Amino acid sequence: MTWEPVIGVEVHVELSTRSKMFCGCAVDFTSPPNTNVCPVCLGLPGALPVPNRRAIEHLMSIGLALGSEVSSRSVFHRKNYFYADLPKNYQISQYDVPVCRGGHLDITVDGETRRIGIERAHMEEDTGKSTHVGLGGRIHAASATLLDFNRSGVPLVEIVSRPDIHSASDARVFAQELRGLVLELGVSDARLEEGSLRFDANVSIRPAGSTGLGTKVEIKNMNSFRSLERAVDHEVSRQIGVAESGGELVQETRHWDEEAGVTHPMRTKEGSSDYRYFTEPDLVPMTFDDAWISSVAATLPELPAQRRSRYQEVGLDGRQAATLAESPPRIRQVFDEATGLGADPTAAFNWLSGEVVSHLRRAGLESEELHLGGAELFELVTIVEEGLVSATAAKEVLEGVLTGEGGPREVASSRDLIQVSDATRIGEVVDAVLTANPDAVAGYRDRGEEKVVGFLVGQVMRQTQGKADPRVVNELLREKLASQPGGTPATG
Amino acid sequence: MPVDVDIAYVARLARLELSDDELETYRAQLGVILEHAARVQDLEGDPHVEATHTLGLENVFRDDVVTASLSRDEVLAAAPEARDGYFVAPPALET
Repeated sequence: MTWEPVIGVEVHVELSTRSKMFCGCAVDFTSPPNTNVCPVCLGLPGALPVPNRRAIEHLMSIGLALGSEVSSRSVFHRKNYFYADLPKNYQISQYDVPVCRGGHLDITVDGETRRIGIERAHMEEDTGKSTHVGLGGRIHAASATLLDFNRSGVPLVEIVSRPDIHSASDARVFAQELRGLVLELGVSDARLEEGSLRFDANVSIRPAGSTGLGTKVEIKNMNSFRSLERAVDHEVSRQIGVAESGGELVQETRHWDEEAGVTHPMRTKEGSSDYRYFTEPDLVPMTFDDAWISSVAATLPELPAQRRSRYQEVGLDGRQAATLAESPPRIRQVFDEATGLGADPTAAFNWLSGEVVSHLRRAGLESEELHLGGAELFELVTIVEEGLVSATAAKEVLEGVLTGEGGPREVASSRDLIQVSDATRIGEVVDAVLTANPDAVAGYRDRGEEKVVGFLVGQVMRQTQGKADPRVVNELLREKLASQPGGTPATG
Repeated sequence: MPVDVDIAYVARLARLELSDDELETYRAQLGVILEHAARVQDLEGDPHVEATHTLGLENVFRDDVVTASLSRDEVLAAAPEARDGYFVAPPALET
């Protein structure tokens, strides 16, 4: 039997606000442990949480970017569980009335776009950070748990996809796309290595072609895109193995072991009754009217997917569009300006993604320090098209522009790189070269040696210090070779 | 109509260790409370009446401004055990 994986991804995004979700403690992960804490985020009795407006607006912008509906009314719930990283014994989260519902995120894999549905995006608070010390620091063998509550109460958005994903690599691409989106929105620094972006995946399998849902297993502890893909891949194979050997899959949470490359059972999956959700009595309802929603919507930047399709509309292929969409803002700005002036998009892209990027890398510069405007790139593309400089000389022109020598035409002329396209002047050199190389001419004429042409072109280029337009040289050479005394036109 | 409560399950969710006598006491008491709740639910009227929040307030927010935190010494002084600026808790046990 062939099996189809059914995958949903949950992404936790730590928001980059200055202060925490429900108190004024600083969000700062460089501080010594337990220095950004107060009665609210330590869960001391009598403390009163008050939500951070900016965090709520960040969540609204994530939702709007995903095409979600922002609820007209939303409330917080307490999610109860027993773990030392939550001093209150509950996490303030959302249950049945999240701020954002529905929506979708498009992913593009090998030129094919797939729409992944979004179930919801809700607001919650992060937990403290626990370090398990003792035998090897592994969770199952710890002898004590050290707790730092600096992270407790940091605003956290949970985005839940629908089970619309059917391969491990699509799960990875979805997570990457979502990361690009929150970065573009400027709501999170989305650093995986620091845990500001975390993923869980819900994985089940079903016979290919059927539509039901199998037993769902939640996998946790994937801290990179690669480990997300590996973990899902492994879990799918494991489930197929169990199903095909007549075993029964159980609904559970499994822990991804990066080193071993396997998932281990962690705990029996809680049902929502285990969390004993109830409305958070300390927080009043939030209502979202059209005026508030549209004022947040008005601040949304162009998103990666929109940008990719815009670049494809101006003429880049899918791969180029994707590369450019992920390029730094300054690079994109130069591209937009140059093509706005009429530069050929592919040529502009090639310069930016090739020579310009390697110049920045060589010089150790940030893209914001780039010494190239859109108008200059347009001029560079134009002088190559016009044949004023050769493609090779254009690289030197660019170098001059990037090091501040002036505009492309100016550099071409000051560095003496202007290409000679004048047929009369080139003709004279061609004649001289032909006279000086009678053997080569004979080789072509009598034995049809095609490589002779390349050799002669080289000679002409050398005599003109590389400034002759190779197209003109080629044309003239072939013309003149064919009309050499006793010549038989050789055709390749 | 009496409401049947799986009191052992409820106790387990709350991590409460109860004796058989206690289980029976709470089963009966919780049953009475839930029976009352069921009667309230049966009342006719607007089902959308706000029942979870009674203050009549909405949209109470704070600006994203950092305020002073507590001193760590003060914070850890209240902890049963502390080490190197951290709270110390018993090792995490998977249940």
